Amino acid sequence: MLPTRSWRFKLRPPVEMESLMTNSHGGHDNDHSHLENDHENHYSDMEARVRALETLLTEKGMIDPAAISEIIETYEKRVGPRNGAAVVAKAWTDAGFAGWLAKDATSAIASLGFGERYGSRMRAVFNSADEHNMVVCTLCSCYPWAVLGLPPVWYKSPAYRSRAVMDPRSILSEFGVTLPATTRIRVWDSTAELRYLVIPTRPTEAKCMDERELAKLVSRDAMIGTGLVTTVKPSP
Amino acid sequence: MGFGALNIERNEPVFHHEWEKRALGLSLCAACLGQWTIDESRHAYERISPRAYLRASYYEIWMRGLDTLLVENGLVAVGEIYGTEPRFFSEGDNALIVLRPSDVDEMLSSGPSERTCGRPPAFRVGDRVETKNLNPKGHTRLPGYARSKRGLIERVQGSYAFPDTNAHGLGANPQWVYTVVFSGREVWGEGADPTLTISIDAFESYLSRA
Repeated sequence: MLPTRSWRFKLRPPVEMESLMTNSHGGHDNDHSHLENDHENHYSDMEARVRALETLLTEKGMIDPAAISEIIETYEKRVGPRNGAAVVAKAWTDAGFAGWLAKDATSAIASLGFGERYGSRMRAVFNSADEHNMVVCTLCSCYPWAVLGLPPVWYKSPAYRSRAVMDPRSILSEFGVTLPATTRIRVWDSTAELRYLVIPTRPTEAKCMDERELAKLVSRDAMIGTGLVTTVKPSP
Repeated sequence: MGFGALNIERNEPVFHHEWEKRALGLSLCAACLGQWTIDESRHAYERISPRAYLRASYYEIWMRGLDTLLVENGLVAVGEIYGTEPRFFSEGDNALIVLRPSDVDEMLSSGPSERTCGRPPAFRVGDRVETKNLNPKGHTRLPGYARSKRGLIERVQGSYAFPDTNAHGLGANPQWVYTVVFSGREVWGEGADPTLTISIDAFESYLSRA
């Protein structure tokens, strides 16, 4: 064990730790000087904490910052709801694929090149005129990353996690979705290593659209079960 | 009811701050070191005080949990994080698996995580079951609202590491997992939406025959 290197970042510790600091006036890298200006901003504190931890683990040889960048690149550019929309559109236009998806979603989805992080088993659940599916993770924030990317903030919020299982219709109404009183609602609480993808019903007026056009209609919310698919193109 | 109204952001960006990107990558890279299981990380998040947990953003929860995991696994000292003691750098620990950019794709799509269970499933599709009234002090994946509830086995979903032991260094002890369906009325009582059904994925030891 070798003690090395001076501070690259000044991390503001909890108040009770300040008196213990031996190096509380350490310098900043030039590109981090904005932290000083945002002194009261909660997130600038987070920025400092994350940078400090990344530096520490990098210097310890535990992480490779280039791998972090690669992960970011993956979720900013390559993996997102577009993947799920491709699965849905294929299911709408290819009955054989839809059957495979119903039986073994993990393999059917992998055949399109989308594999789930941490090896979670995928399951596709199909909406119909009689039944609407909605997905939640009440215990944390389990979500099908490979087909939908990273979850939106509301999905991870205590409000959604508590109310989705209690009163899903009230959640739907906040999304502007009103279902007939007779439509059954099935809520899937993701409590183990299974991840759910809702296959919305295909809009009847979209009969002559091809797979690619159809995919553009499918929103992220529709694949969580808090939205429906209409022929009006969803906002991205 | 519950925790109030949703805050739905139209056209939500993938990330709201630059630090969130690094926090995501940092968490995943650190998980790849192979020093803790996913259940241990969930348990670390659950140990954040309720007041702080409910106020924290998602990635803040991850970063607080990561501090705990790094310290508890002896990879980092508390003072190294908060700057109260000098940092020490080892010459490299061969037991640690350092994620490289070329491994990221594989890490993010590593295939199903099922683990072989040494016995056949105790329940079959269509069996009536009741969840046990379990209130363990540690980690569990049996939600509070679904305890002591009667439901139906809808599907046998394979066998997986048992989180209640896997989160505490007590081994994977793989168990069968079942999709168990409850009526809204069984879970929420008289006033429940009559059209509602809820399912959980329950580990076998959460269930007894009803």
